[in-house]
Amino acid sequence: MNEHLPRRTLLLGLGAAATLGSTRLAFARAPGDARLVVVLLRGALDGLAAVPPYGDPGFAALRPGEARDPGAPGGPLDLGGRFGLHPRLTNIHAMFQSNEALVVHAIAGPYRTRSHFDAQALLESGEARIGTSGWLNRALAGLPEPSRGARNGMALGTDIPLLMRGPTIVANYAPLTAARPEDDLMARIAALNAPDPLLGPAMREGLAQRAFTAGALGPQPQGTQAGGPRPQNPTAELARTAGRLLAEADGPRVAALDMGGWDTHANQAQRLPNTLGALDEALGALREALGPVWRRTAVLVMTEFGRTAALNGSAGTDHGTGGAAFLLGGAVAGGRVIADWPGLAPDQLFERRDLAPTTDLRGLILPLLREHLRLPERTIAATFPEAGGFSPMRGLLRG
Amino acid sequence: MTQRAAIAAIRFGLGRRPDEPLAADPEAWLAGQLRPDVPAPALPAGLPGYGEIAEALLRDRTEREQARTAAAAAPPAMPLAPVLPRQLRLIGEAETRAHTGVLLATATPFRERLVAFWANHFAFNIRRSPVVAAHAGHYVREAIRPNVTGPFAKLLEAAVLHPVMLGYLDNNQSTGPNSPIGWRRNLGLNENLAREVLELHSVSPAAGYSQADVTAFARILTGWQMRPFTQPGGGVWFNVNRHEPGTKTLMGRTFGEGERSAPEALAFLANHPATHRHLAEKLVRHFVADTPPPAAIRRVEGALRDTRGDLGAASAALIGIPEAWDRPLTKLRCPQDYIVAVLRAVGFPAPEGLGVVATMARLGQPLWQVPAPDGWPDTAPAWTGPEAMLRRVEWAHAVAGRSAGGADPAALAEQVMGPLANPTTLREMSRAGSRRDALTLLFTSPEFQRR
Repeated sequence: MNEHLPRRTLLLGLGAAATLGSTRLAFARAPGDARLVVVLLRGALDGLAAVPPYGDPGFAALRPGEARDPGAPGGPLDLGGRFGLHPRLTNIHAMFQSNEALVVHAIAGPYRTRSHFDAQALLESGEARIGTSGWLNRALAGLPEPSRGARNGMALGTDIPLLMRGPTIVANYAPLTAARPEDDLMARIAALNAPDPLLGPAMREGLAQRAFTAGALGPQPQGTQAGGPRPQNPTAELARTAGRLLAEADGPRVAALDMGGWDTHANQAQRLPNTLGALDEALGALREALGPVWRRTAVLVMTEFGRTAALNGSAGTDHGTGGAAFLLGGAVAGGRVIADWPGLAPDQLFERRDLAPTTDLRGLILPLLREHLRLPERTIAATFPEAGGFSPMRGLLRG
Repeated sequence: MTQRAAIAAIRFGLGRRPDEPLAADPEAWLAGQLRPDVPAPALPAGLPGYGEIAEALLRDRTEREQARTAAAAAPPAMPLAPVLPRQLRLIGEAETRAHTGVLLATATPFRERLVAFWANHFAFNIRRSPVVAAHAGHYVREAIRPNVTGPFAKLLEAAVLHPVMLGYLDNNQSTGPNSPIGWRRNLGLNENLAREVLELHSVSPAAGYSQADVTAFARILTGWQMRPFTQPGGGVWFNVNRHEPGTKTLMGRTFGEGERSAPEALAFLANHPATHRHLAEKLVRHFVADTPPPAAIRRVEGALRDTRGDLGAASAALIGIPEAWDRPLTKLRCPQDYIVAVLRAVGFPAPEGLGVVATMARLGQPLWQVPAPDGWPDTAPAWTGPEAMLRRVEWAHAVAGRSAGGADPAALAEQVMGPLANPTTLREMSRAGSRRDALTLLFTSPEFQRR
């Protein structure tokens, strides 16, 4: 048992509690020991396709081609009688069956713009107006100091999304594929850039991060050179890397991951299944790579808004309002669908076109900061300055 | 080199080539590039027109079908190699080689920066579909480049009613619900193009349009689509059988039905005051500062208002912004600009072609593959991720290795940076252990990352 304990837990003096039997409690309550992964689906996931409300008679009226019962050919994976999961979401469904997945429906952020770009920026910045920092970065300020040279936050991919930008320096990881200059030249380049307010920190952080990830991941696989074969599912590759780094005792605690391909204006039935399958594969890879740390992990999968309830003129869906979100992980009190279901009859739709939003996305996020990461209230106040305008959801997490 | 000559070449251009003649009057050199009689860049012969693109797409489809038939007939022990869409690949290679060749060799770099700016304003992604990919080079050559110094209304119409944009933003499928095809096949609107033209290409949300305006504009745009490539000629046509009948009201203006209504609505949007404001802010952000000075925006906005949207006048107004001639330069070179600036500095013979394209992808900005319709970001924080910066360093080091046999690094620094080179950089270069290291230091210095 002890060899699986992260070193940081032992250093914090909580190893003893873990050996006394109530292991899950001890793990869950170690400050700064919880892991949070935020997956932002850019382009607006169609919540009604991902989580079909097959029990609502209005669904068949809106989407005659999609409304199937569980067990029918091409039918959804059942979530307990009213809702189903798209058949490509098998990993999420397995998590649901082992009470490690919460599915939240008819959810949306507080904004009502149907612009991807404004909605993503508002969702990432977490403020009433688009700011220059993201709520996930501001939340990092409330975590215990990481050990020397390590970072609490990590962005996967070659750039850092607004969600992860802000006052706290975060790590940044993308697969290394090119030969680098020798250490001495790198040091000179870093020194040349050091006085630059923008490039100095970036260069310094990049070098520190390379040293760290090289240690944690071992040698980089060959065959990822420029022009070489691309991985079949780059999101799954990044998710697997995130899991391995998050599982390190001195690794990051919070990671952000982006995935695109959700703006299905046309031929949705042909385009969406593969994208959903790639997401599901990535979430499975994340779970596998986290290993025992999955127990202390919560994964939030969110998108900027839902899509129109009915199909448009080209078998796709246009920008809408209410949609679906997922909360996954061993730390999650899962196995439930949470939906204050507004119904799908024409006069129940928002502006007679979109699934009406009945749950504020920030109400799903706030408990992750307060009960999962156990951030101090002053950090939470800085993370969501508008926190008075909505109620946090209850009972999302175990322990 | 004077400071103003260096700023003209770096802020407004693509970076200096050592072999370029130095302009005695930098402002006049820039203004001269905006004249309507500037010859189009020399492109290789044989780049396809609409008809040839349609033939190529048709040939690919025929080959694919033949391969499928052959595979079905072949014994299972003899699997056939997968057939790539060959014509599409050939067009893509020819177009990207021609395009990057222009960037490296052009003598009118301000004009090419405007082409890049407007191609990013009317952003598109070749991964959307083979049709979009096949037309990408044509779009930049024929819809964007000839229109960057003319009326914005002309550019807007050329970009929006091109197969690239009609395909990328789904107007090909959008059907008037009361049109003959809409009735017969029970089809309807796809409002993607209408929404993005309003939000991104013209008036922007600041104009305060409603969902009803988006829908009305989508109805106006119905019928404009790419001609099926099974028909000769290719290009774009107006399919009256998909067009929504009746008048439509867009932002208080009523438009009749028919082929001319979409160009009329686009002209109305192009000349809207909110569009002038939106374009002015984007131009100043691109050429002057991440946070555009309000007076500079007003200057460009005024030029657009007074000339009914003349982009040559707007571009000339940019040259007249006092802050544009201040140092230090604060705009960060995005990866594509950075790559072009380094390769122009070392004078690799153009066309470097496909190597440039692969590097653009590696440094995080693949050519003609914008992730979303709002284009590549135009502020520094989007491009200063630690990983992205390290990749610049690694690539610059590789380029320096290939070109170290040539120029004296200190002379090259003077030729491409002039007085903008930082004394610390020059000192570090003089202490470098090799020519290669000295060039790497020049290309990774903070001032070389800026424009």
